[in-house]
Order: sequence, then structure tokens, then C-alpha cells
Amino acid sequence: MRYLISVHFHRQTVTMALYRFLNLPLVKVYYPMIKISAIVLLATVTLGACTTAPQGVSVHDPFEVQNRQTHAFNKSVSDKFSGAGGGAGDAIPTEVTDRVVDFADNVSLPGMVVNGLLQGDLNGAVTNATRFLINTTVGVLGLFDPADAVGVTEQETDFGETLAVWGVTEGAYLELPFLGPTTERALFGRVVDIFLDPLESVGTKAQIEYATVGKLAGRVIKVTQASDTIDSVLNDSADSYAQLRLIYLQNRRFELGTTMPEDAVDPYDDIFGDQ
Amino acid sequence: MTLMSRRSLMAAGAAAVVFPVPSFALSASAAQELVTRLIADVNTVISSGKSEAGMVADFAKIFDRHADVPTIARYCLGADARAASASQMAAYTPAFSNYIATKYGRRFREFIGGEITVQGARPVKSWIEVETTVLLRGRSQLRMDWHVSDRSGKHAFFNFIIEGVNMLLTERAEVGAMLDRQRGDLDKLIAEMRAV
Repeated sequence: MRYLISVHFHRQTVTMALYRFLNLPLVKVYYPMIKISAIVLLATVTLGACTTAPQGVSVHDPFEVQNRQTHAFNKSVSDKFSGAGGGAGDAIPTEVTDRVVDFADNVSLPGMVVNGLLQGDLNGAVTNATRFLINTTVGVLGLFDPADAVGVTEQETDFGETLAVWGVTEGAYLELPFLGPTTERALFGRVVDIFLDPLESVGTKAQIEYATVGKLAGRVIKVTQASDTIDSVLNDSADSYAQLRLIYLQNRRFELGTTMPEDAVDPYDDIFGDQ
Repeated sequence: MTLMSRRSLMAAGAAAVVFPVPSFALSASAAQELVTRLIADVNTVISSGKSEAGMVADFAKIFDRHADVPTIARYCLGADARAASASQMAAYTPAFSNYIATKYGRRFREFIGGEITVQGARPVKSWIEVETTVLLRGRSQLRMDWHVSDRSGKHAFFNFIIEGVNMLLTERAEVGAMLDRQRGDLDKLIAEMRAV
């Protein structure tokens, strides 16, 4: 716990210094360029801040006690919303929810392009940039997804993945109120993504104005669509906290391509799974 | 043994040295055929329009037909399977099968209106990985891999991985938690799994 506080303090100091620096008149002119290098610097400074995971252990959960309390809270919130005649995804026709999800996905693309470039993933960055151009124009400000139909599919990424590519370890597993499972690296990445987003420079007025609320609505819809699966994990499991943690970590590592070799199970060589 | 000449025995021995993995029986094409049949069966059930209970019963049959259930069941019980008696294991395995078919049968019902397609097969370690994609209406497609082995005596799947989520690892944790909740009493766990 003391460690967490010291890390927090450390990050705050860096952020404050950055804030003062950004208010210098000259800096403002070069803001976009400086913004990226400052974030890179901040990320590098914070490299050591993520608690390191011990070798060979696929779950690193030093905050389990606090996490379980948050989990109990999240579960009680989920119980209140489920069973009340379904959520937004059921009440609103898919013709509407699909448009919201497409819009939300589209305004997230410029940020993904930046992350693709920071990862050296030129293909991913070009694909996402192409998607953004097609869907913003032909797709009427991103309300439709014609790019998908012609095979230009989203190469989903975020700053958490950029950090993973740069060799930052996953850090501790965390369960946050309302937001659910994450890791130290993914959480830090999400905060950085807010500042890294170049939508203000490349998006249309409507896109910039509705980006935040659109993303939030898109997120709610996606969660609602997966609610049956989430509910069954939360309600039918003997230890829903441990199940959610395991499912999240495996899925996140799959998306980042960092699945550990020991996760490949051979039940014939290791019949009781304890070797 | 008498059927085998000394020369063929020697040849087999030499082959075993050159190819330490017994790959002559397990084949990517046979594994892919298995998964193709499995998916055809699953698609038939999904489009049958049956009730949830009816579908779950059908999924249980598919699971028993195409999966190496004893291996999956034993692995998910983990170290506790060592201490179990033969009669307990004989009761546990079908109970586990019922538990899995019910749980994933319910989950597969979400695939209604969707489509599962086989992409290809490739050898991984000592098994064959058959890649499939699940296309659900209005959602991005999911990747689902099936791990197929012939170590049970026939081609059968022993694991599946949906978007990186490994069934054996996930169920092993869950079965462990269920057993903990029953204070380590295997007979009570068996009763719970039968009643799912």
C-alpha cells in the first residue's frame, strides 16, 4: 500500500511539472510535437513504477484484498441493472446502437494510428488511417462502417499495447469501480490515450464535439451486448472474482500477443496439471 | 509382436529416434475433419430452434462424441484427482461432462444467427490446433481454436480457446473454487455438477 502511494505521488509530481512546462508560450506553438515526446518521456519515467510480475506466475495480484472489495461492489451494481428488463442494447433497436458503436469506433481511430506508429506497426497505422478516411467520408462522419465491408478492418490498439511493445511489464492486476478489470499498465495507458488523442487536429467539428459522449455510449452498448456472458460469469461462478481475473488477463494478453508459452496446456504430458 | 518382423521392429525403432513425436497417426487433416463435423453438429443444434434444455442435451452428446472427456475432466480436477478413488473418478467424469455441456451449451446459444467457419489446421507442440472464426450478428468476429489430439486412441479435442481464453485453465480454476466451496468434499462436488 505504501508503495502504491509513493508511485502515485511520483506520477503526480511529473504531471505537475509537465503542466507548468506546457503553459510556456513558445511550447504552445510546438504543442503537438512536444505532447508526444513528453508522453514518451513520462512513460519512460514511469517504466519502473509498474510493480514487476514474478517469473512463471501468470496472475500477479498484490492488491487482491482491495480488488475483491471493489469486485463485490461492481457485482452489486451489475445485479441492480441486470434482470430489469435488459439494458440499453435490448431496448434500443440495433439500427441505432450499431450507428453509435460505429461512430465511437471511428473517433477512436486517430488515437490508434498514433499508437500504431509509436509501436512501429506501420501496417496497422495505415489500415486504421485508411479506415478513418473511408468511414468519415463515405461512412457519413463514421456513423457507418463501409471500410469493414471492403476488408479494411480495425486494428484495435491503445497506449497500453504501446507500453507492452516497448517492454513495460503488465504490472499488477486491478479491478476498478464501474470500469472493471484492468492492469497497472493498461490503466496508465488509458490515461495517456486521453492526452495522446489527435482527434482535435484531424476530426470534423461534429466528431470532436460528440467523441466523448459517443465513446461512452458505445462502451455501454458493447457491455450490454456482452451482458449475458458477463452475468453468467458473475452469477454462476464459485469464485467470480478469480474467474473474471483469469478471463480478463488471458483475453488481454491474447489481444496484445503476449500470451505466455506455459499457458499452452498439454493435459496428456501433465495429467494432473501440477507438474 | 509375432506379427512384426525383426526388421520392421528395428525400422520402427529407428523412426522413433528420428521422429520423437509419434506423428504418424495424428494428422492435421483428420483434426480439421473432426472440427468440421463438430461445427456442423453445433450449427444444426443452434438452428434447430429447440428449447434451452433440449439444446443443452444435444450439446452434451456432441461433447461426449468429439471431446476427450476423461482427460479434460481429470485435468480440471487437478491435483485432487490424485487422491480420488477409482469409483469417485467414475462418478466425477460424467458429472463433469454434464456441467461443461450445460455451461457452454448455454453460451453457444448466443451463437444463434451466427456462423462458425473452419479456417485451417496446424501442428502445435504435440497436438493439432484447428482455427475457427465465430461470426456473431452485429459484433466483431471471434477467434476460436480447438486443440485436437489422438492420445485418447482416437482424434478428439481436449481444449478450446476463445479469444485467448483457455477452457482448460479457466475451468481448472473454477472447478478448484467449486471444490473449495464444498470444503474439499469431492462427492459433494460430483452431486453439484450433476445438478447443474
